[in-house]
Amino acid sequence: MLDLQGYGPRLIEGAGVTVQLAVLSLILAIILGLLTASAKMSRNWLLRRIATVYTTLIRGVPDLVLMMLLFFGGQIGVNAISDMLYYNYEIDIYINFNAFAAGVLTIGFIFGAYMGETFRGAFMAVDNGQIEAGKAYGMSDSLVFRRIRFPQMMRHALPGLSNNWMVLLKTTALVSVIGLTDMVRVAAEASRATHEPFTFLLPVAVVYLLIASVSEWIFARLQKHYDIGFGGQ
Amino acid sequence: MLDISTWLNDLLAGNQIFTANTLGYYWEGLVTTTQLVFLSLVAGLILAVPLAIMRSSKHKWISLPIYVYTYVFRGTPLLIQLYIIYYGVVFIDGIQESFLWPVLREAFYPALIAFTLNTAAYTTEIFRGAIKATAKGEIEAARAYGMSQSLMMRRIILPSAFRRALPAYGNEVIFMLHASAIASVVTLMDLTGAARFVYARYYAPFEAFLFVAAIYLCLTFAILYFFRYLEKKLLAHLRPQTS
Amino acid sequence: MKKMLSISLLGLAVAAASSAQARDYDNIRIGVDVPYEPMEYRTADGELTGFDIDLGNALCDRMGVTCEWVEQEWDGIIPGLMSRNYDAIMSSMTINDERRQQVLFSDPYITMPSAWFAPSDLGISEANAETLEGMTIGVQRGTLQDNYVTDNFSSVADISRYSTADDMVLDMEAQRLDIVFLDFPIGQSTLLNSEEAGYVVVGERISEPKEYFGDGFGIAFRQRDEALAEQFNQALADIQEDGTYDEIFARYFGEEDAE
Repeated sequence: MLDLQGYGPRLIEGAGVTVQLAVLSLILAIILGLLTASAKMSRNWLLRRIATVYTTLIRGVPDLVLMMLLFFGGQIGVNAISDMLYYNYEIDIYINFNAFAAGVLTIGFIFGAYMGETFRGAFMAVDNGQIEAGKAYGMSDSLVFRRIRFPQMMRHALPGLSNNWMVLLKTTALVSVIGLTDMVRVAAEASRATHEPFTFLLPVAVVYLLIASVSEWIFARLQKHYDIGFGGQ
Repeated sequence: MLDISTWLNDLLAGNQIFTANTLGYYWEGLVTTTQLVFLSLVAGLILAVPLAIMRSSKHKWISLPIYVYTYVFRGTPLLIQLYIIYYGVVFIDGIQESFLWPVLREAFYPALIAFTLNTAAYTTEIFRGAIKATAKGEIEAARAYGMSQSLMMRRIILPSAFRRALPAYGNEVIFMLHASAIASVVTLMDLTGAARFVYARYYAPFEAFLFVAAIYLCLTFAILYFFRYLEKKLLAHLRPQTS
Repeated sequence: MKKMLSISLLGLAVAAASSAQARDYDNIRIGVDVPYEPMEYRTADGELTGFDIDLGNALCDRMGVTCEWVEQEWDGIIPGLMSRNYDAIMSSMTINDERRQQVLFSDPYITMPSAWFAPSDLGISEANAETLEGMTIGVQRGTLQDNYVTDNFSSVADISRYSTADDMVLDMEAQRLDIVFLDFPIGQSTLLNSEEAGYVVVGERISEPKEYFGDGFGIAFRQRDEALAEQFNQALADIQEDGTYDEIFARYFGEEDAE
């Protein structure tokens, strides 16, 4: 139907990169977010301080600037270490920081800060009495976490999680600026080469809308699942 | 210890990066970013008020087109919107000969249009939420007084909706400041553009981007405190009474 | 739970480190900024080609190694070399002192002047501070042309900086730019020979002062990879002798002198 002047396959490949990048970054962001939330609720002031600095700094600076800083600067930092090893100990190793991995790490790192706030709020919203009840039943800490705290936390976290995911998805478009071949980059390249911007940019916009709509549906299902037992609330 | 002091010496001696010249670029970038963000926010706000009222309308044929607009602009990356507008205007027939061209040929105005349409979409949804959340009692009271629909909108619904929308709108302002960083992809020398220039010229990512990150951080905090102050003034009546 | 998390984080770290490997020269990765026609660009079916590409492949053939081309945008191309995304840069990079501080260069393999390109109706015959006053000049960000224009004309003209040469040409055709400053062969193949003709070279081709325009194009390596640079220099001398070089040169520039 759409020939896309031979750019079709590359666009589809680019869409694959976008989706993989978004999903892997989301996983990393959730892990970092859970860690940050636990650090913020911890009794150790140093952990709390580190987590606060992390979330404040990340949320105060544009994604693109952070991305360039981590992408260009992070690599040079890694090199400085490996150069040091080489010159001082003749150990010649290098970390091959490919663009995709750098993209995942950067976006995951940025959204970890947002997730941290979401999870912290959600954990605090879980009724303490329920946790005490679990303990009274003789549940171990980890069982209380698995059966009581986590599922209930998820119920409160889902709206924020869904919101973060939508923003994250759109943020992946920025990797095209730092040189990763996602679908936005392919489309921009194709529109320059063919001088037909609409032919390529509009379908890509539609793909974003599709992904957003599908995820909305999935999140609605998840919400229903975690709302079981709270009918009407 | 010696290593650190020689390293520090090298760093300062070799500091050709932050000269008056490059600081000039950052300053120009700050001006461009501020203009771009401020103008698009003002224009977006002006658009958003009528759009939010229409979006709240009971008539499907009024609210649906607005919904489609906000859905599309909120569901796609701003970068794509910017590309479409920047590259797209060129392909409007005869645009180069029209009186609009001297304006549109500069990267600033396509970027301003894209940012305005984007922020208007988000702001419309924020206001719609706030309008929807108007207390039923207030509306009933206004009706009981015999207020017309438009008078009620002006006197009752909008003033309280604006106040309710304030925290969310503050976030939108910060979001817009951060989103404006992509202006540099269409050759604008905004703050990020200045940083990219300094980075490309001196191959110094840390200096170039950390400095600009610090400026953004300051701007973010300034906006944050401004909105906190506004909230304090305008939402005072909603705070729990303390004795 | 916390333990579980730290283990999975450890997993990530190991995954990142497992791509760490000892250097080995059987496979050399070369960084290149595409498109920059005719030096490096893609044909319609996506195949990478151009003078640099053909020459690079010929050099690798000569050295008996395989070459892999890694695409990287210009403003990140030197950091990409430093961070071992590739082992060499072969991307129309002019040898100059500023870059010598960062990287190690091979012998120059071609010399290219820069030139001003403008629509034929611009009506100036020479580019200088007076004629350029009030104009919008296009350059590629971080190139020596950028440095030259920025230092000499930023007080009289607007400068628009682009990530790729293609962006710049598009904006030139859209009439957003009045004039661009480019490597001569690039402007020649993208503007002079384009379908929408009507572009001309303004004034002489420029390769002075050396402070900006350097000593020709070289292949860049990390400072410490002297052995690798030596290998390339040897191979370059070999193919210049046996005629392979001339053949590749003729393929892209005809019989014309590269100056």
